[in-house]
Amino acid sequence: MKPFIGAILAIFWKDLLAERRTREILGTMLVFALTVILVFVFAFDLSVEIRRKAAAGVIWVTLCFAGTISLNRSLTLERDREAINALLLAPVDRTAIFFGKALVNWVYLLITAAIIVPVYALLNNLSLFSWGGLGVILLGTLGYILTGTLLSTLTLQLRARDMLLPVLLFPVIIPLLLACVRASTILLQGGNPAELDTWLVMLVGYDLLFAAVGLLVFDRIIEE
Amino acid sequence: MLNAVNLTRSFGNRQVLRGLSLTVEPAEIVSLVGINGAGKTTLLRVLANLLRPEQGMVRFGSYTPLNAPAEYRRHIGVVMHTSMLYDNLSARENLRFFSRLYQIADSDKRIRQVLEMVALNSRADELVRTFSRGMQQRLAIARALLHDPDLLLLDEPYTGLDQRSSELCEMLIRQAAADGKMVLLTTHDFNQAVAISTRVDLLHDGKISWSSPSAGLSGKSLRATFNELTVFSGSHKGHGVNT
Repeated sequence: MKPFIGAILAIFWKDLLAERRTREILGTMLVFALTVILVFVFAFDLSVEIRRKAAAGVIWVTLCFAGTISLNRSLTLERDREAINALLLAPVDRTAIFFGKALVNWVYLLITAAIIVPVYALLNNLSLFSWGGLGVILLGTLGYILTGTLLSTLTLQLRARDMLLPVLLFPVIIPLLLACVRASTILLQGGNPAELDTWLVMLVGYDLLFAAVGLLVFDRIIEE
Repeated sequence: MLNAVNLTRSFGNRQVLRGLSLTVEPAEIVSLVGINGAGKTTLLRVLANLLRPEQGMVRFGSYTPLNAPAEYRRHIGVVMHTSMLYDNLSARENLRFFSRLYQIADSDKRIRQVLEMVALNSRADELVRTFSRGMQQRLAIARALLHDPDLLLLDEPYTGLDQRSSELCEMLIRQAAADGKMVLLTTHDFNQAVAISTRVDLLHDGKISWSSPSAGLSGKSLRATFNELTVFSGSHKGHGVNT
């Protein structure tokens, strides 16, 4: 177990180190996400109440679009000079690559969320923070990244991977997106706690399902 | 000992390896020659556990890629056409990353050692993207040697190297064999193949079609044999395809 965790952390730190130098992934994600938020804020002349109602949808859609940038770029980095082969040659369970990549992409997405949520709240004069909301963001982004890392690995060797990833990813994450938006809306506007529990259980189930799928199939899809 | 038996591998309709068998003994340096597209890189990728053979078995000591894939890979060092390095990390950072993946004890000392072996100590903290092709190749060799593997798989290791670096690479290969390690390398240079190796194998039609100890061979005689078995056989359908 120790080499497995060590490999996940090694991949995580390696990617963060490279990103600290280039800032190409996080920088692009933030610029893109903030632009989308600004478009939503200024393109429509909406009342505060409607903005509050739309907040969950706007934030989750923005995160999903911004997330594809890191998912695409993060694995493309491994494809340059075929560094992915050096990872595959390492004497560790290859699913460590999946979890290492997922971890770094998750951190990028959480940083993006930590910036765009307060910006959206500020621009709309809303209070969006709640511990429950934080939990939904953690669970929702994790599920999104697990799914996305798996699918971006699947498209890694394809020439049209940048275009294919969103086409493959968004239909798969519809249940996740629905659960995230509904749970966030209940937290922001109040609602039936039992219904909130249902969505949270669904999020946990989704995350566990895709972590398990990654564990079972990643070795096979990365090899070929 | 590395033992590959009856390996078969296809890409689409094209069968690249057709029941290939190969053995490499400790302290042996085997040069693999063959026309472009003969399957040299495919064979190395199968031996490195980067590709699954459709049929056949590879064994290194008691390990196979099926029964103990991680242990099998721990004993192998690989240099491919591409450097398999990260451009935005320095040479030292690249090696430190791989030393973590290989769980190397006292990694800083080992990193210094291998950088010294490939004469890159003075450039250790520079980003790989600033390196020339030859320097990247030397660093790729350092990465392959980092975990002190028992088997080295080298795909055209002299590519991009100048005269001095080629000599350095040759010295490292000889040293590895002198230490009892196995070396399997591919090359298109017949003189180099004969000069460095203890055995030359010719890969043709998906099999080792000819094999000879290097002693008594010359570059010229190897070329003559190569031409006789490949060019004049009229079966070099894959010529120009890099597999």
